[in-house]
Amino acid sequence: MPTIQFQLNGVATAVDADPDQTLLDVLRGRLGVTGAHFGCGAGECGACRVMVDGHAMTSCDMPMWSVADKDVVTVEGLGTAKQPHPLQRAFITEQAMQCGYCVPGILISAAALLKRNPSPTEAEVRAALDRNLCRCGSHNRMVRAVLRAASEMATS
Amino acid sequence: MTAPSPAPKLPVSLAANPRLSSWVGFTGEGRVTISPGKVEIGQGIVTALAQIAADELDVDIGRIEMIRASTAASPNEGVTSGSLSIQQSGRALRHACAEVRQRFLSAASERLGVDASLLAIEDGTISGPGNVRTSYWELAGDVSLDHDAAAGVVAKRAAERSVAGHSVQRVDIPDKVFARPRFIHDRALPNLVHGRVLRPDVSGARLTALDETAARAVSGLVAIVRDGGFAGVVADSEAAAETALKALHKGATWSVGEPLPDEDDLAGFLKSQPVETTVIDTRTAAATKKAAQTLRRQYIRPYIAHASIAPSCAMARWDGDRVHVWTHSQGVYLLRADLAIVLKLPPESIVVEHMEGAGCYGHNAADDVALDAVLLAKAAGGRPVRVQWSRHDEMSHAPFGAAMAIEIETDLDADSEIIGWRHAIWSNGHAARPGRAPQPALLAASEIANPFPRMISSNPPAANGGGGDRNSVPLYDLPAWTITSHRLLTMPVRTSALRTLGAQGNVFAIESLLDEIAALRGEDPIEFRLRHLRDERAGDVIRAAARRAQWKPQKQAGTGYGVAFACYKNMGAYCAAIAEIEGADDIRVKRLTLAVDVGEAINPDGVINQIEGGAIQATSWVLKERVRFDRTRITSTSWTDYPILTFSEVPAVDVEIIQRPEIEPVGAGEAAHGPVTAAIANAVYDCLGVRVRDLPITRDRIIAAMELAS
Repeated sequence: MPTIQFQLNGVATAVDADPDQTLLDVLRGRLGVTGAHFGCGAGECGACRVMVDGHAMTSCDMPMWSVADKDVVTVEGLGTAKQPHPLQRAFITEQAMQCGYCVPGILISAAALLKRNPSPTEAEVRAALDRNLCRCGSHNRMVRAVLRAASEMATS
Repeated sequence: MTAPSPAPKLPVSLAANPRLSSWVGFTGEGRVTISPGKVEIGQGIVTALAQIAADELDVDIGRIEMIRASTAASPNEGVTSGSLSIQQSGRALRHACAEVRQRFLSAASERLGVDASLLAIEDGTISGPGNVRTSYWELAGDVSLDHDAAAGVVAKRAAERSVAGHSVQRVDIPDKVFARPRFIHDRALPNLVHGRVLRPDVSGARLTALDETAARAVSGLVAIVRDGGFAGVVADSEAAAETALKALHKGATWSVGEPLPDEDDLAGFLKSQPVETTVIDTRTAAATKKAAQTLRRQYIRPYIAHASIAPSCAMARWDGDRVHVWTHSQGVYLLRADLAIVLKLPPESIVVEHMEGAGCYGHNAADDVALDAVLLAKAAGGRPVRVQWSRHDEMSHAPFGAAMAIEIETDLDADSEIIGWRHAIWSNGHAARPGRAPQPALLAASEIANPFPRMISSNPPAANGGGGDRNSVPLYDLPAWTITSHRLLTMPVRTSALRTLGAQGNVFAIESLLDEIAALRGEDPIEFRLRHLRDERAGDVIRAAARRAQWKPQKQAGTGYGVAFACYKNMGAYCAAIAEIEGADDIRVKRLTLAVDVGEAINPDGVINQIEGGAIQATSWVLKERVRFDRTRITSTSWTDYPILTFSEVPAVDVEIIQRPEIEPVGAGEAAHGPVTAAIANAVYDCLGVRVRDLPITRDRIIAAMELAS
């Protein structure tokens, strides 16, 4: 099996992997990085989203060969309880979830949005999250949280 | 002679589990453990229960550690369902904690030589005059909680509570934001291996032959398990298990299966099956008037998928003839009971431990996958086996919310006032949960070598809110009615509990027809409802929603407004909803305004969160959702084929809570679905002048309703 190298949450990482194995499988199964969640395996629900070179991508249908030399950020790479990302802080402030299973993918989509558009409108936030599904109906709280994080980032 | 006042009774959950130490403990330096029998399913219950305990014990909520339910030690509180967790677990904990507090105050009084009435507790420190002090933790060695709870203990009055009744941040949310493993899906056990189960594409098909050759060649394979029609693989990674399962699929031969109904004629199917008929309620008018006209309307609710965002998952590990199971089931004891039947083991040989899953909204595949894991783990040589279903199986083999055909006939007098009302329901039962029958409800139990028959779903009794008949008895003061439920005795499409059971369908039907009659009379639909409601709390939520939505806003072309109301189970939360929609090619719900009364709202923001979520999920059901099938298989097995509401389609949701601290709290999780469903349908009529009685309200259904009306 070839060795595939990439950056994972800022750390140089190398894994021996079947090039066709999915990034999600490697993250969860091989590396024990479980923030990105399996939801559908078909890139439809967004629970597995990670940032690849700054873009939010589904990792459940992303083959490892396409990750070589890329910069991968999972929800673990956004922030920690001690040093939270403004989005993580805002999701707590807004109590922006019910079950929370979809949240890692939504945080990633939102983080990618704020990278390319630091002051999005509400409609732009919704559009950016449209390919993330939430079954509990916490959408409006999440949108509020993303807008809160954006305004916090703008003033800091 | 005056009747003696009734003896004080324990809350039901505490009566069933009276030992105080099974609910409350004091550990280590300043920690409190609280062990409810109810489980977190994303509804925020562990936080609300922690609030109740913090209040009664007078400790900071940060000291409280909520213990996950497990058959090893937790109180048995049945199932976490029916919006009953606050009612059952909350009352039990409030009572238990009040008694624990009393016991500690007595012990403190003895130790400090101060009368108990002079002692105060602040964050667990017990102090009195003369600067004397001790604490729960200092006294813990002296105060045994291995006593049964006593009836008659008085908890704090509403005005004395400082935590319950206020919004606090949920205790589980930081873990979920920072991706600290909390979901069962993310837990790594030592030596974990992975299982997958072979299931047919064709509905009801049974495995008749299996060529294992290709699967045997898969690298990383640990075992292939075959037990009659049940088959699966165990491998050292998920990827290997998936590869082996694919190979097994190619080698599988299946029986022809069982035919499915015509998805475009659900009413025809439901009304043609053998049924068990129950008269739910009758009311006879004092004086019979003559009907000037009779309206007959039929309402259809399709099968609806739970469609949890996570596929169901479980882990199991055998140790000799004992097995430990990790599950996101809503009822650990009930699951254990079914496992014991299937495995022919005493329940004591099985430990079932809860871990959080994604929101399930009722009985999905959580319990099924637990048996899958137990059966596969038999071949794993003592290693724990983790089984996760595929999206496809989650959307086709898990139980669905039952389809319903509801017919209401109403007699109107010359003024179009209601003088008669006949409501009939045709539906499968709405519950086939495990642990309640001599036969198991678990999927694999019907697949193994000596299979159990597939359980036909039934309905909970009316005293528990009923099933298909839930909310079918109008809360309105109508002079006469007959409510009849026809429960199907066949079940080609597997059904079990989905959020609200039959209430969504029944409220949709009742509230749609009331709206129609109000329109017929030229009466404002809110006035019409208020005129028929005697219950003040019902009137209050309707008036509050109307005020908040500034009912009724000026009508503009292309928009519509609709209102609806229900009291969940006629004994739970009161909820009124007003929908504002835009109707062009498709219906867009722009805004939902709701007013809710749950009695004492323990965590008001938690209640709002539940109502918002319920309102949005109901909007998704109404506008989009319908389980699809052809005559042989379920076809809506992906998010493309079973679309749900997306971020751009979600309406604004505005919720007002009527806080009633003096009234016992009830749950909020299922209050919004019925009212929101009917409010949207009524808004569609207001906008387009057409009554859509066949859910979901899609463009095709609107066109069909227009054709029917013309």
